[in-house]
Amino acid sequence: MTVHEKLSMAQALNRALRDAMTEDPTVVVFGEDVGPLGGVFRITDGLTADFGEDRCFDTPLAESGIVGVAVGMAMNGMRPVVEMQFDAFAYPAFEQIVSHVAKMRNRTRGRVALPMVIRIPYAGGIGGVEHHCDSSEAYYAHTPGLHVVTPSSATDAYALLREAIASPDPVVFLEPKKLYWSKEEVELGSRPPAIGRAVVRREGTDATLIAYGPGVPIALEAAEVADREGRSLQVVDLRSIVPFDDETVCAAVRSTGRAVVVAEAAGFASVSSEIVARVTERCFHSLAAPIRRVTGFDIPYPPPKYEHLHLPGVDRVLDAVDTLQWEDS
Amino acid sequence: MTGDADHLLPSDTPVALIDPYGNPVADAGRALPDEATLQRALASLITARRLNDQAYALVRQGRLAVYPSSHGQEACQVVAAQVLADGDWLFPTYRDTVAAVERGVDPVEALTLLKGDWHCGWDPYEHRVAPHATPLATQLPHAVGVAHAARLRGEKTVVMALCGDGGTSEGDFHEALNFAAVLRAPVVFLIQNNEYAISVPLARQTAAPSLAHKGVGYGIPGERVDGNDAAALLSVLGEAVERARAGEGPQLIEAHTYRMQAHTNADDATRYRNAEDVEAWVARDPIVRLSAYLKTDETAFREQAERVAEHVRDGLNRDIEPDPALLFAHVYATPTPQLREQADQLTDELEREGALG
Repeated sequence: MTVHEKLSMAQALNRALRDAMTEDPTVVVFGEDVGPLGGVFRITDGLTADFGEDRCFDTPLAESGIVGVAVGMAMNGMRPVVEMQFDAFAYPAFEQIVSHVAKMRNRTRGRVALPMVIRIPYAGGIGGVEHHCDSSEAYYAHTPGLHVVTPSSATDAYALLREAIASPDPVVFLEPKKLYWSKEEVELGSRPPAIGRAVVRREGTDATLIAYGPGVPIALEAAEVADREGRSLQVVDLRSIVPFDDETVCAAVRSTGRAVVVAEAAGFASVSSEIVARVTERCFHSLAAPIRRVTGFDIPYPPPKYEHLHLPGVDRVLDAVDTLQWEDS
Repeated sequence: MTGDADHLLPSDTPVALIDPYGNPVADAGRALPDEATLQRALASLITARRLNDQAYALVRQGRLAVYPSSHGQEACQVVAAQVLADGDWLFPTYRDTVAAVERGVDPVEALTLLKGDWHCGWDPYEHRVAPHATPLATQLPHAVGVAHAARLRGEKTVVMALCGDGGTSEGDFHEALNFAAVLRAPVVFLIQNNEYAISVPLARQTAAPSLAHKGVGYGIPGERVDGNDAAALLSVLGEAVERARAGEGPQLIEAHTYRMQAHTNADDATRYRNAEDVEAWVARDPIVRLSAYLKTDETAFREQAERVAEHVRDGLNRDIEPDPALLFAHVYATPTPQLREQADQLTDELEREGALG
């Protein structure tokens, strides 16, 4: 049954956790401050009160321990959903994620699966001080064995998190924190596209904007502005970085012949580089111009008073669209 | 919080029940395990030594890439497994192949990693033995998670988590002990202090009075035991397992032992330690002392050890043709479209090679 409710992304994520915990008693939630406080972003609000301390609990402040304990619990019949408080605070867990979470199925020839979710609030745009705004998706996407997904809307946040929790594989679930408070009418209980499928968020005929997570609202806004200026831009939301939906992305780019990738992370050796490479390899003859990237600069994430200079914005996206060799066509 | 930490501190000297000459230690304060339990330990020690030395020899013959031997540490290996019940779990490191075998893992499967046929050779659920952990101490938080999950379900599972003296310097050692203590997880952490982390002696690893003293900082009782005394290990580890099972939370045990051989065959131990130091430990061999104490006919034990060695030789001398499809089969539950593409590419390459062949 489909239910419509107006929810923020934070509320939609909370609802997804609740619904998963209600349906499956093996789903357990833990991390730093996720208990009575409900997490610093309130994503786990009320879960300890409603499901008890065995199902949602605070841990010592140690990210490697959180992920490592989740590995053991997943080995022993549970579906842990752990929270890393911020993107840059997840780095102490990197060895556990890369050497164990990602490899356990492979090392054991499929005998030990790790159905677990690592939730990471990520990216900037909230005026956060240093170590609170990293776009860390490339580190995880580069590691075989992990699924890496990121929602761009409240509806998709609910759907993707439910899918991530139900997945037999470990999922790194990246939550764009600047979108936590954006509200929309959410359809609960609908059947969204599976993990691994991108969706076209806006139809357009002149060029394709490819974005994910926090980049999607920028791309949609850019398309809106371009429309007023007489240029029709299509917007593709990846949703899932790994697995990557070559089919949908390439079909979109072939339909327009031009593309710009929009991503907040530094551009060098990034997910956006990978997208350009993949699409170029597959769609070269459909392209009227080289694919452009609009990304963060290759700098450490800047202080709050500088972030507006760093983050890809509508103007920078439209400038890139302008350079797609229109005069040649 | 309690201010009383005394009950968490280890004994002043390692618990010992049988001395290096095979005599019972006077005033040990603990009863010796019964004769049948010690006989079982001796039988396994003899097999364990044979397995270690067979594996070492197979490296020289090129059948194994490398073998980190537990030669000299067999009492810890054997007893760590023997004190567990069927539903318990063992978390071994790369040097704990023999412990995995004692728990029931086929020795050929236990050596798969080092033979190079795959990473983990056994089904971890069959005998409840986790895969060998190579990155130091990273398996310890997993052990806590397994124990905590069992406890949430009301199961009486105990987890035996192994690590070495070098591993105690890692962050995951600290995080695992701290989580275990806070969660009151039924984990027995057994440190095999074999004096060296490859070439680095214990004094460069820690300034603690003993590794067992590290327990007090977490609120975990620590104990020290002579790691070459199987009887003492049976007593101390057996008690730790039962305390964990009874809901008393995690336990930390430091076993004093010695890596009698090099780190692996690729290591040259003469660069960092003297032959005399090794000789002193050879005199404290765990098998010699239990054998001297029991004065039993070991013929049947030695025959059993030879059968195991023969099984290992047969298994390791058998070449298994690599299956290219295996590269892609278990990265995800369902291969991604990209992996299917790459698998097809490899198949195509191999077919063309075959056609040329």
